[in-house]
Amino acid sequence: MRPTVARPIVTVVLAALLAAACTDGGSTSTPGGSEPAAESPSGTLTVYAGRSESLVGPLIDRFREASGLDVQVQYADTSELAVTILEEGDASPADVFFGQDAGALGALAAEGRLAALPSATLERVEPRFRSPDGEWVGVSGRARVVAYDTRLHPDGVPTAIEAYTDPAWSGKIGWAPTNASFQAFVTGFRVLQGDDAARAWLEGIQENEPKVYESNSAVLAAIDAGEVEVGFINHYYLMNALAEQGESMPVRNQFLTGDDPGALINVAGAGIVNTAGNPAAAQAFVDFLLSDESQQYFATETNEYPLVGGVSANPDLPPLAEIDSPDIDLSDLADLEGTLRLIQEAGVL
Amino acid sequence: MLAGQALRPGRTAAGAIGTDDTARPAPRPLLAVGLAIAGLALLPLGYLVIRAIGADVAALDLVIRPRTLHVAASTLALALLVGAGTVGLGVPLAWLTTRTDLPGRRLWTVLVVVPLAIPSYVTGFAFLAALGPRGALQGLLAPLGVERLPSIGGLVGATLVLVLASFPYVVLSTRAAILRTDPTVEDAARLLGDRRSTVFRRITLPVLVPAIAAGALLAILYALADFGAVSLLQFDSFSRAIYVQYRASFDRSLAAILALMLVAMTLAVTWAELRLRRRAVAYASVGRNTRRPPTIVPLGRWRWPAVAFCGAVVGLALVMPAGTIVWWLIRGIGQGEPVRLVVDGAVNSFIVGGAAAVGAVLLALPVAFLVARHPARLTTFIERATYSGYALPGIVVALSVVFLAVNAIPFLYQTLLLLVIAYAVRFLPQAVGSARAALVAVGPRVEEAGRTLGDGPLRAFLRLTLPLLRPALVAGGALVFLTTVKELPMALLLGPIGFDTLATEIWDAASEGFYARAAAPAALLLVLSAGTVAVLLRSEERGQ
Repeated sequence: MRPTVARPIVTVVLAALLAAACTDGGSTSTPGGSEPAAESPSGTLTVYAGRSESLVGPLIDRFREASGLDVQVQYADTSELAVTILEEGDASPADVFFGQDAGALGALAAEGRLAALPSATLERVEPRFRSPDGEWVGVSGRARVVAYDTRLHPDGVPTAIEAYTDPAWSGKIGWAPTNASFQAFVTGFRVLQGDDAARAWLEGIQENEPKVYESNSAVLAAIDAGEVEVGFINHYYLMNALAEQGESMPVRNQFLTGDDPGALINVAGAGIVNTAGNPAAAQAFVDFLLSDESQQYFATETNEYPLVGGVSANPDLPPLAEIDSPDIDLSDLADLEGTLRLIQEAGVL
Repeated sequence: MLAGQALRPGRTAAGAIGTDDTARPAPRPLLAVGLAIAGLALLPLGYLVIRAIGADVAALDLVIRPRTLHVAASTLALALLVGAGTVGLGVPLAWLTTRTDLPGRRLWTVLVVVPLAIPSYVTGFAFLAALGPRGALQGLLAPLGVERLPSIGGLVGATLVLVLASFPYVVLSTRAAILRTDPTVEDAARLLGDRRSTVFRRITLPVLVPAIAAGALLAILYALADFGAVSLLQFDSFSRAIYVQYRASFDRSLAAILALMLVAMTLAVTWAELRLRRRAVAYASVGRNTRRPPTIVPLGRWRWPAVAFCGAVVGLALVMPAGTIVWWLIRGIGQGEPVRLVVDGAVNSFIVGGAAAVGAVLLALPVAFLVARHPARLTTFIERATYSGYALPGIVVALSVVFLAVNAIPFLYQTLLLLVIAYAVRFLPQAVGSARAALVAVGPRVEEAGRTLGDGPLRAFLRLTLPLLRPALVAGGALVFLTTVKELPMALLLGPIGFDTLATEIWDAASEGFYARAAAPAALLLVLSAGTVAVLLRSEERGQ
């Protein structure tokens, strides 16, 4: 950690200000012992969930009931929670980080904040959906799609991501380049076709003056409002919106084909924080997310793709196996910085 | 003309009311309290310096580049436009609702303040949905062959939304100043033959300038800190650039450098406000008890244009976002979404907002007293220090509190108490402004009278001055309450685990695109806030 000099100063200032003696907060959770798998976990489990409570709250309730653990959940934005864990340092109350993109999980792993998972846990999912170093595991899949305005494109839109650099799309594209799943897609692009191709694509889109949004749901809302005609987002935002606004909503998903970098499958995943006070309970929670019950929940309730074999996705979606997802290691996050640099060099951010 | 000249106030006129004792130094214990409060307010800045020092030199070129200059210029443009826009809307509205025979004056008074309660992302969303290229307005115009409207994103859209979200700050501060002003001075000018417009320009307006500037300052700093509207309307402000650093690269050092640039801009804005305040004028009044209520100006044929103006502002700032919330609700119910009642969230919002308001007022009193009664370099520094973190985006303040609390006071981390303290300190400027203005208006003579009767200074203040300040303190507290209940990043990261407020409930649903589920807590937030505004205005009137 960097602020080794600063920390005592801050401590002194604050302590003087508040005239409060520092006592150790104390650990309320019980360590799992040397054989965590053998004994059933007990005590308190603290989950930092970068996912919406309305989406995963019911699932966590089921775990609470089944395990008998006192499960405490801090819900907030995925990347903000990851940064919070970095700020908290060794004093972090978090046992598990449950994030909705591989980028945040990778950032925590890169800072050494995630503990290694046992291979039995990791092998529940295909290698492409987990960390190569075994520090986190994907629990549900999210496909990149091109969402489009059906009023202007009743017959669909091009199925190759390359096509959108055509000047015909000038001013019609919306994207969310700060979004981690977008960045994972760019990383995938680099791995598949090389930096030059990825840069050329980014610059091509940039020349079409895309509108920049902060999130996938903002892009979707912009298509609905007619601000843009197409947007590069994840598939399930539309499913959620259709459920609420009805089938008349004039937006649909175009899945991409032909090993296109735009057809990447990203994941929401979980990892155990290296300073976890209750690693046994944390392990039980991660395993629960990979159970058939949870996988079924992701398929039917959040409209994501289950990643564990034998559980099938929402029938309205093309099956995971049928998506021509490029065969790349999406957890190749060692070069997220390279991706960011590329995105910034292209003048996108 | 001549009369106007004769009544033109001198620069030192302010001394006649509030600064008799400029030379008298502040009592040491009070100064110590003030410095401690300033220290609390400066903590986020200290955190940013620590983080900035840790920056990787090789990564600096990502921050120090032409793009950052562009962001700085954009942010400056936004600040200036929001300042001009909020004054342009706020001052006429304040005047219309206090000094004219505007039909439905009391109702308009409430309606032009309630928009303060609406989170800017809701206003921004409503704006896109209504006025976007294919929004509701285009739908209405479609029969006329309008295929799409021009895009409203960027500087224009961000300015409009932020002006609509923050002009009530100017309305409130200007109203309070108008209600405090002694109308006899204007009457004298009129008697001496000045025209009404001349009186307004030469007599009324100069007295109001500090209050207008104070309101505009709050509005501008609100705009600088805002993330909801600028992200929705895709405008490159510092606030957005800072979020990009956290979200895209998890880089706290580069974010800290950008945040420090934003702080520098904040200081420039508050300095400008200070200059305006120093040039302020005031008239010695014969005494509170002999004051008459303000003279009512008949609007005559301007009656209905004035009503149309108020109606247009309320329509855009209140009806459009509130209508959007209702539309979400109706559309969701139509699709079979259950309406969730969020009683817990409402209770929690009320508790946090109320406690933060009380805390901010308690902290504001010593600061306001120091700067009003003992103006000096040090007391000015104390007051300005409370503004230092006010324009920082919530995420920066939240992370700084995480870092400080975990390292220094771990037993308070993720407790309600810490959240309340953080809010009270962050929103302190809202309470300091009105308390300071009221203290200047009341003047030190009341306390001096008490002291000649044998009271100690503290007792004289508590017994005699404090009751006179009550309306201003309630108003300041209400502002803090309104801002706290709609605040999001700190509620998410600093609240006790599992602690839901109305703002977190709205976020939880809206972040996944579940607008119908967001509608119920959003509607509750509006109702809670509208009630607070009513309390605020009543206390203001009782003060008269």
